[in-house]
Amino acid sequence: MLNYDIVVVGGGPAGMAAAIKAKECGVDSILILERAETLGGILEQCIHTGFGLQYFGEQLSGPEYADRFIEQVNALEIEYKTDTMVLDITEDKTVYAVNKKDGMLEIKAKSVILAMGCRERPRGALNIAGTRASGIMTAGTAQKYVNIDGYMPGKKVVILGSGDIGLIMARRMTLEGAKVECVCELMPYSSGLTRNIVQCLEDFDIPLYLSTTVIDIHGKDRVTGVTIASVDENRKPIPGSERYIECDTLLLSVGLIPENELTKNIGIGLDRVTNGAVVDEYRQTDHEGIFACGNVLHVHDLVDFVTQESQIAGEGAAKYVKGEKSEPEYIFAKGIGAVRYIVPQKINIKNDGDVKLFFRVGSTFKNATVKVSYNGGEIISRKRPRLAPGEMENVTIKNSMLREFSEGGTIEITVEA
Amino acid sequence: MIRNITCVTCPMGCSIAVEINEAGEIISITGNTCKRGETYAANEVTHPARSLATTVRVNGGVYNVVPCKSSDDLPKEKIFDCMKEINSARVDAPVKLGDILIENVCGTGINIIATNHCPAK
Amino acid sequence: MIYDAAIIGAGVSGAFIARELSRYDIKIALLEKCNDPATGTSKANSGIVHSGFDAVPGTLKAKLNVKGTALMPKVCKELNVPFKQLGSLLAAFSDEEIKTLEMLKERGEKNGVEGLEIYDSKKLHELEPMVNESAVAALWAPSAGIVCPYELTIAATENAVENGAEFIRNFKVTSIEHDGSVFTVSSGENSVKAKYVINAAGVYCDEIAAMIGDNSIHTIVRKGEYMLCDKSAGKTVGRTIFQCPTKMGKGVLVTQTVDGNLLIGPSATDIDEKDNTDTTSDTLSAILEKAKKTVPTLTTRDVITSFAGLRAHLECDDFIIEKSSANDKFINVAGIESPGLSSAPAIGLYVADMIVSECGAKEKENFNPERKAPVRFRNMTNEERKALVEKNPAYGRIICRCETVTEGEIIDAIRAPAGARDVDGVKRRTRAGMGRCQGGFCGSKVVELLAKELGTEINEITKFGGDSKIIYERTK
Repeated sequence: MLNYDIVVVGGGPAGMAAAIKAKECGVDSILILERAETLGGILEQCIHTGFGLQYFGEQLSGPEYADRFIEQVNALEIEYKTDTMVLDITEDKTVYAVNKKDGMLEIKAKSVILAMGCRERPRGALNIAGTRASGIMTAGTAQKYVNIDGYMPGKKVVILGSGDIGLIMARRMTLEGAKVECVCELMPYSSGLTRNIVQCLEDFDIPLYLSTTVIDIHGKDRVTGVTIASVDENRKPIPGSERYIECDTLLLSVGLIPENELTKNIGIGLDRVTNGAVVDEYRQTDHEGIFACGNVLHVHDLVDFVTQESQIAGEGAAKYVKGEKSEPEYIFAKGIGAVRYIVPQKINIKNDGDVKLFFRVGSTFKNATVKVSYNGGEIISRKRPRLAPGEMENVTIKNSMLREFSEGGTIEITVEA
Repeated sequence: MIRNITCVTCPMGCSIAVEINEAGEIISITGNTCKRGETYAANEVTHPARSLATTVRVNGGVYNVVPCKSSDDLPKEKIFDCMKEINSARVDAPVKLGDILIENVCGTGINIIATNHCPAK
Repeated sequence: MIYDAAIIGAGVSGAFIARELSRYDIKIALLEKCNDPATGTSKANSGIVHSGFDAVPGTLKAKLNVKGTALMPKVCKELNVPFKQLGSLLAAFSDEEIKTLEMLKERGEKNGVEGLEIYDSKKLHELEPMVNESAVAALWAPSAGIVCPYELTIAATENAVENGAEFIRNFKVTSIEHDGSVFTVSSGENSVKAKYVINAAGVYCDEIAAMIGDNSIHTIVRKGEYMLCDKSAGKTVGRTIFQCPTKMGKGVLVTQTVDGNLLIGPSATDIDEKDNTDTTSDTLSAILEKAKKTVPTLTTRDVITSFAGLRAHLECDDFIIEKSSANDKFINVAGIESPGLSSAPAIGLYVADMIVSECGAKEKENFNPERKAPVRFRNMTNEERKALVEKNPAYGRIICRCETVTEGEIIDAIRAPAGARDVDGVKRRTRAGMGRCQGGFCGSKVVELLAKELGTEINEITKFGGDSKIIYERTK
């Protein structure tokens, strides 16, 4: 049995930032467990640039962004094990993991930080009709083949879903010589960043069909084509709008799901909208000493925000380990109307700092007002030129405000057009 | 004439209107929310440029390819020519992040640099 | 070499016939048109071991179902395949349907099914609280169970191969000649010679029989579509829940699978093409609607994948297992639709007996009925895992995160007798790629392992043989 103050599950951007922060806060005994062969998580295959603008003020590629943190992990001599899969975490924070070198590991932790990231929604979840031919994969799987393994998954490509990974892969496949026939998006708007629509699709004359989906897949062995159709406001295909598109590959970019199997097994309560844990302002779950951050908590648009959030979790875990905590008095945060969710879901009003509330909206807005109320009374009103489902928003609750609140109160955020 | 441009400098994606005369000279730029947006829009009208991120084939590395990027934005019309040159290049492992893999790609004066490490096998 | 018996088709029937024949001192070839056993009907069906009350008394279906189901616990134990005898409930939603229950109970008793009982609504809902309140009664059949159909087929094939049978994959039979004593079964330029031919070609039985001039079989291809739900929904029902049968089959069922998922289906549509396993969105929604009659809380949210399978239905609505009228060394095993899986162990015995009684082959002394249990890391205790990884570190590397499948298990699956040659083959043997991410993370790692084990490049690896390549050439 091994003993550590903090065990971090996942060595991607979230896990590394949390571990580094915890170390900087004075906790020495930290272990990061990573299932891949290297630290860095999904950033290792995200070779496009655009990372780090917020956090470093530079345009970095995914591996470069990751490398800055890997360097710090090494410089701070934070221990990590790669190629190591966490199998189970018990309520008393015993972590069971396995790898080739150490075999089965049993690690007793004072605090656990969950940073497992998210996975892509597969075809099955969409119930697209058609054959089981090869040539259907998630955009992320294709990204790994192209960027890490150096192989082409196909030559004539249709992409379903206009999430950022789908858009990025449209450009990437085109650069490597594939013909991307189109990107289909079920919704009337793209969930990707505007800049990606411009520089990944428009630059290469790749059509984006909104309110359109793939309704049938053809081909016995390998995909030979797909049938696409327009959808009505209830997202049902409109008869007569069907169109056959010849292709050998269908890439899916239809959403990300936080990987919370370990979280669920511990018995931690999840938010039905985020599919991540319900947390307080330090990203502590309803199990004391177990924290969650990054895409396992809620799917982020920018890695820069993952880093910031994970530093908060790292600080929280450090405080917990060092026993710097008081009996919390919680108020609760709730999204109303177009505000789909808020993270954190609860705030300890005895906390001595400001608290940033992150949220996402369910539809697009121009020149909208974000309003924050406490127990029904407006406390903040902020103009926003644009709000989109693909982009995370935030408002800051000043500590001076928190001091005025009392236990059990509710903060609500709404958006007015 | 007015050209409407969506700025790709940062995730904000501002809509910028650039007014140009018949000679193609810029008369006004509106809609940007920062200085970088203005520069981007002006460039986009006169000489559009894009950063390029791709991979270079590695000999004897633990991976077949190493990711790379252009050290600066490349002229947009030269992107596919640059891809050709990059695709025909071969580098020997080990490669270190930041290594210059190709100097002066397609005569643009811009280098292709490694954005990750690739240890030797 | 002249084989004593060539079996066409490595589905569950062919595999069990091969296994039963491999008890004897004879040479057997098991010919499969695809890249793996269990790629046709035996891959995609309900996985139910039926108690045997459906079939009309006196039919082969009735006889072989009851016998096969009785053999199943022992066979599964020998082959180390999970079998769960959970029992089944056939729910009735009207007084009319209660009459059907009574009729089926009587039929079952005539067939020799033991333990059949009609439960009232109260008893039904005590056992299965998620079943629709409007269900008024149910026929309880304790001998019914569930098994994984492809795992059973693969295990039987492996066992046959271990006992000397030869498995020949990618052998699509194109012609059969008989010179008066020996058959030449050809697949393009390749051929095998055999004294007996057993036609266990599933939906293709009619075409194979026609190759020797036997046009007596006409297969009706009946497509059944299914939806598979996440393990989180697996406990919705504790047993297999049927609805009353119709003339198209046993209707839509809701059942646990041996792996703990929930399975809903099948539909039943007669189609013309023998390789059309497309799913259709209309049918899938119709299945869900029908299944909701049994369990109203079912939703598409839980669905992780859908699939379709084909059944070989015959006009006579019974199995045909007999010597061909065109050649008495040619045995047709045709029309093996439900309860074909339940009957398979009995079909194996039945056919083996037909041949052995005639040619007088002797039983081998060294026949080993046991197929070694594959390592299942996910089912082990931590102590067992520790010992396993110490012995072989390959079991310490998890490849499939969702189903907790190790590198060692995947290598075992490839190296097994009649082992996996493609991604779907690995998936069927180990469950790698069968979980909630459906291979998103592990797919490329499985491809790498296959390439390494088979000594080839990763762009040569297929999803299921043929032209089903996963990736093309190198980017540069």
